[in-house]
Amino acid sequence: MSQSWTMQPLFQLFLARFREFIRTPEAVFWSYVFPLVMMIALGLAFRSEPVEAVAVTIQNGDLSEATQKLLADNKAVKVTSGSEDDCRRMLRAGQTELIVVVTGTAEKPSYEFRYDPTRPGSVHARNTVNDALERASGRKDLLTTSDKAIQEPGSRYIDFLVPGLIGMGLMGGGVWGVGYAIVDMRIRQVLKRFLGTPMKKHHFVAAMMASRMVFMIPEIIVILLLARVMFGVTNNGSYFSVGVIVLLGAIEFASIGLMIASRARTLEAVAGLMNLTMVPMWIGSGIFFSASRFPDLVQPLIKILPLTPVIASLRHVMQEGATMVQILPNIGIMLAWAVGTFVVALKVFRWD
Amino acid sequence: MTYAIECRQLTKTWPGNPPVEAVRGIDLAVDQGTCFGVLGPNGAGKTTTIEICEGLLEATSGEALILGRSWKTHPDEIREQIGLSLQETRLSEKLTVLETLTLFRSFYRDGLDPMEAIAKVSLQEKTNARIKSLSGGQKQRVAVATALVGNPKLLFLDEPTTGLDPQSRRDLWRIITEFREAGGTVLLTTHYMDEAERLCDRVAIFDRGKILAIDSPQKLIADLGAEHMVVFTVSGSMDPADDFGAGLPGVIGVRRESEHRCLSVREPHIAIPSLLALINQQGLQLTSLTTRQATLEDVFVHYAGHGLNDESEGARR
Repeated sequence: MSQSWTMQPLFQLFLARFREFIRTPEAVFWSYVFPLVMMIALGLAFRSEPVEAVAVTIQNGDLSEATQKLLADNKAVKVTSGSEDDCRRMLRAGQTELIVVVTGTAEKPSYEFRYDPTRPGSVHARNTVNDALERASGRKDLLTTSDKAIQEPGSRYIDFLVPGLIGMGLMGGGVWGVGYAIVDMRIRQVLKRFLGTPMKKHHFVAAMMASRMVFMIPEIIVILLLARVMFGVTNNGSYFSVGVIVLLGAIEFASIGLMIASRARTLEAVAGLMNLTMVPMWIGSGIFFSASRFPDLVQPLIKILPLTPVIASLRHVMQEGATMVQILPNIGIMLAWAVGTFVVALKVFRWD
Repeated sequence: MTYAIECRQLTKTWPGNPPVEAVRGIDLAVDQGTCFGVLGPNGAGKTTTIEICEGLLEATSGEALILGRSWKTHPDEIREQIGLSLQETRLSEKLTVLETLTLFRSFYRDGLDPMEAIAKVSLQEKTNARIKSLSGGQKQRVAVATALVGNPKLLFLDEPTTGLDPQSRRDLWRIITEFREAGGTVLLTTHYMDEAERLCDRVAIFDRGKILAIDSPQKLIADLGAEHMVVFTVSGSMDPADDFGAGLPGVIGVRRESEHRCLSVREPHIAIPSLLALINQQGLQLTSLTTRQATLEDVFVHYAGHGLNDESEGARR
């Protein structure tokens, strides 16, 4: 029989793995759909909107209606009125930010602002109302000022979130996709059965890694595309840099998955090891919030977690347009993890 | 001609406290073109021995030569020439029969066309069926096909028919017989005596990590000196002694299997009348009596001193 390239063991091992994957709908769902659902949900929840008008309540009195008229045209405030008790209740419940009590006469009114100075919304309301009332009473501005809205690309939460989700997808896909599959094959004695054939061990390992690389490509493309279409997330750096980071991240986590699975003989054991590996990174590597919020003491540790450099360099490139040279230190950390875990995995790997 | 398999003083000790001696000095030689059976109860060291021969385990001491080559020096050459099925392999359920065999075929330099291997195990109509949809017997045939697809000279089958229905067992027997008739060598382990008698040119009877006897099934049975078994039950006021019937003319051996008593006899026509006389004389009633040919089971009991279905004391790892 002819030894065409389709009969190469590496290709056949890859093909077998690929078929197993696409014939397991739940694996496809968790790899492809879950990160998207997460992105859409979080993207909608934390979308950036213009600051809403602040709620202000005027306590009922002789001059309350006149005051309400003064503020009626001001779009920055939403004015209501109520009795003293109503006002207090609304302030407590967060339904209003500021109570305005007007005393004095129509010619010379006196305003008292009641609010909690620790609430940023209340402080903002106080200044806005104060300003509006002053102007309505004829204050002239002495300086020439003008407002110009600036929306920096890459500065919204969704811009921050997408690189985090890509990193999370790379980690989960590599650790689960490689780790779980290998332990499953060990339990089914398939690894041992392969050992009884002339199959080259490096072909098997290479096929597992390669299949992971291929599964990851549509996953990342779909996230990036949808992020762009739905939320206008753009890449301010080069796609080449993003590609390099993603590829290296995928290799890194496939290696880590290989190492986690290198000896485990039960699914419980490997699931425990996977959680032990991934939970610190879910929390510490800055998927959903910046890793710099952790105390300085643990920063060195957080910086060398396998996921941290992936997400950090993706953000650096996508949000700030960093070049490859600028992300080299992070590339170095990723390479070290990829090579280190791969070597250890091959050394301790158990076939039966 | 070199032996297909030659084991010299093979031992395997699993570390532990206390260490488990799974194999304790096995010598055996298998001629090319023959079928060799390894017989014994669970825990006798059958699987450990076959896995050392397959290159899956390393012997603690001693050596297994396969087709004249050593695992230490020529592992790749040996693997190209052997095919094996493990006691329990669950092939990927999501792949089809053809995909599975194409995968295994790709590991070998030379071999059969995957379709040819499928034909050898008569699964043509399941070619594109997923493994998941196959019956236990069909899955086992796929496992054997993965062993055949590299066109091996030597086939290792570890309990190939355990748990299969009678029809599936016969299907596998046919596959094994055809392989042997084409000049291949087979080493199989089994705890079914009928399987060994039917398929094997020679058998080795294993117990507790050692070989108790090794010869052709016919010769082993003939060596018992008694080719017939008389099996009977009696009832009476008191239970007769365990060795009831020993010493009667023509009786070679006596054993008891719960309420059944078995006499190994050379000449039933002499032994049975004297047995009936003894029963009468002791005031017992004969409640059943059958005779049968002696089998390898009887050979096993003769050598091991216990039944095949008793767990061997040399525990599995």
